[in-house]
Amino acid sequence: MKRKHKRLTFVGLALLLIAAAVGLILSAFEESIVFFHSPTDIVEKQVSPDRRLRLGGLVEEGSVEKKGDAVVNFRVTDMANAVNVTYRGILPDLFREGQGVVAEGTYVAGVFKADEVLAKHDENYMPPEVADALKKSGKWDEMSEEMKKQGHVSGETPK
Amino acid sequence: MIAEAGHFALTLALFVAIVQATLPMFGAHRGNGLWMAMDRPSAISQFLLIAFSFGCLTYSHVVSDFTVLNVVQNSHSLKPMLYKVAGVWGNHEGSLLLWVLILATFGSAVAFFGGNLPPTLRARVLGVQAMISIGFYLFMLLTSNPFERIFPAAIDGQDMNPLLQDPGLAFHPPFLYLGYVGFSMAFSFAIAALIEGRVDAAWARWVRPWTLAAWSFLTVGVALGSWWAYYELGWGGWWFWDPVENASFMPWLAGTALLHSAIVVEKRDTMKTWTIFLAILAFSMSLLGTFLVRSGVLTSVHAFATDPERGVFILILLMIVIGGSLALFAVRGPALRSTGVFKPISREGGLLLNNLVMSTGCAVVLLGTLYPLFLDAIGGAKVSVGPPFFNSVFIPLTIPMFMAMGFGPVLSWKRSDLVQASLRLKVAFIGTGVAIAAAWAFISDGPFLAIIGLALAVWLIISTLVELAERIKLFRAPLGDSLSRLVRQPRSSWGMTLAHLGMGVAIAGMAGAGGWKVESIQVMKPGEKVTVAGYEYTFKGAREGQGPNYTIIEGTFTVTRDGAEIATLKAEKREYPVRQMPTTEAAIYSLFLGDLYAVIGDADGVEGGYVTRLYFNPLVAWMWFGTLIMVLGGVISISDRRYRIGAPAKRAAKKPTAAAAKA
Repeated sequence: MKRKHKRLTFVGLALLLIAAAVGLILSAFEESIVFFHSPTDIVEKQVSPDRRLRLGGLVEEGSVEKKGDAVVNFRVTDMANAVNVTYRGILPDLFREGQGVVAEGTYVAGVFKADEVLAKHDENYMPPEVADALKKSGKWDEMSEEMKKQGHVSGETPK
Repeated sequence: MIAEAGHFALTLALFVAIVQATLPMFGAHRGNGLWMAMDRPSAISQFLLIAFSFGCLTYSHVVSDFTVLNVVQNSHSLKPMLYKVAGVWGNHEGSLLLWVLILATFGSAVAFFGGNLPPTLRARVLGVQAMISIGFYLFMLLTSNPFERIFPAAIDGQDMNPLLQDPGLAFHPPFLYLGYVGFSMAFSFAIAALIEGRVDAAWARWVRPWTLAAWSFLTVGVALGSWWAYYELGWGGWWFWDPVENASFMPWLAGTALLHSAIVVEKRDTMKTWTIFLAILAFSMSLLGTFLVRSGVLTSVHAFATDPERGVFILILLMIVIGGSLALFAVRGPALRSTGVFKPISREGGLLLNNLVMSTGCAVVLLGTLYPLFLDAIGGAKVSVGPPFFNSVFIPLTIPMFMAMGFGPVLSWKRSDLVQASLRLKVAFIGTGVAIAAAWAFISDGPFLAIIGLALAVWLIISTLVELAERIKLFRAPLGDSLSRLVRQPRSSWGMTLAHLGMGVAIAGMAGAGGWKVESIQVMKPGEKVTVAGYEYTFKGAREGQGPNYTIIEGTFTVTRDGAEIATLKAEKREYPVRQMPTTEAAIYSLFLGDLYAVIGDADGVEGGYVTRLYFNPLVAWMWFGTLIMVLGGVISISDRRYRIGAPAKRAAKKPTAAAAKA
């Protein structure tokens, strides 16, 4: 084999690998990308019950109900609309009424069945998606100054 | 005064770095020895200044000087001493100071041990190092000054994020940074080589120990982070493909590739351009990791809000470093001549395959991590790319590599024969077959992928051992002869054997914990029993207690199997009053075949019922144990004699120069 041919073998191998990667990526993208929705999005759009999605907003004050058997129901709101959420498990340490939350799961028959409720590593943190959802619903200005600050700057930590 | 002194030393270091980045570089260009000789004193003084500055900040934290803003925001008078010290880098500004301290340490190490480096190469390496320092000093002084004062002084501090008040996480950032910044050495050597227009075996021998050190540190850092997530987040998982985790994983992938390609440069004088590219890539990924974590651009499980100005600064820095180095690479790279030729089936071919898979994997992780960011920036939908994506793309890509990893070491350089190699590995083939059959027979449920993982682990472990046995002529020479061969193996061979064995053990852990985890969520009243994977957990009740700066609810579980008591688990839920923040401390008991894992949640209902989450995580501890073996391999490999004495195969190491003795 000439030097050029050998190089071609490797280029071919590299292309094969990249092709495999692209193929895998394309097939995975279809199924495994999760879109973010605000409560208003969910109320207004038709959401397929098969599709996993993320719901973000504030935990509505007074909406958290423990149903027994580790089931918790609560409502996530962007102050314009609210969505019922049900979750079975241990809520993240920083889950609190009136605070920002992101839940992942499916929306079936008017209830968001969460299988994951995301924890934040810092109590002063407002997920940017939630801040955006509030801005979109036009309710951002009604938020307290403290909360707005959380959407931008706050103490932070590595990792 | 202390804080001002620290600030002043930091500013002074900037000016020293400016000198170091210019004079030696020009000196090397013009052949002016006097200018070149500026490199070592300035690198060492940079280190002394930054060490002093870091000492000042540490002092402020230790004595809880609440006139310093950084201390007020991240410390509290009641915080235990370990976390007062760890708190120095448990925040944005302080962690940057740690970053530049490590950078300066590596720079001074070159100055110190670099006595036998060609003067022009050393001057250029240290010059490039200083350029990176300048970027970070400016970043700190302009946007993130750790020594800022607050007036009037605060009465007490706001405490450090309780999740970070943990021994595992106290040492996670230093190790991670030692890894990230360690790759700056390979980067500086690569840029210097591009300027010099020469890459040879001696160059590779210089780069490899630094890369090995960086890789070992990074491996420890990533493992500590994952271990922390495992026991502190209480989700029973150990890797979430979170952007911040990916940020540390990408440099690891690129660094692992670099580690392997540098071998080819050293031994076979080929793949030079590619190695230079990987050196640039590894450090670029480290910078990108810093950018992702420090700028708060991504929402992640552990994202923190931050100042947008900082993000823009790091982004510009990133573009200058990556863009500049790649431009230089494009201009000078093609001029590097390789002499070694090899066939696809050869040791070089195997190492190249490793490189290709590692870089493709790195690209996949990069794409998945940045895609949501990119889509958001162009005004598209908000999406998140999570574990399903990475698992279904990354894992299939690596399977062929792990298969090839068994063959690689038994192939000879230049050209080899796959059939013959397979014959030599027949024991490994048989062992793997038996393992698959056994797994199939005994484990009825669970994903097919986990069985593949287990088979790969067995394959890798046995083939690595077979290769070692062949090298020492086990069973083919008298036993004593084999043993003396075993002892006389070069340390770099030991490094390879251990690192590959460790990888095999770690894969077994990943397959077990990923594939056969058993989870059970329920409300438990005292005395209630739940059986998880054959282990019977009895909830003994919960009590309240007090820690140094937190209160606890402690739930006690006893675990029995077939009536025999195995362990008592005490899971905690802590509440830190200063930040009003609770944390979860999972109770873990490691058995040989898996971890018993219990988490206690909120009180639920009457009669002392609590939400509990119980797991059986098969083989999970193997993952960290395997990682430790890998790191041990890296460390042993660094101590190989040929890195200590600069010259290849020089038997008598009695060079009388001081630098050689120290190196």
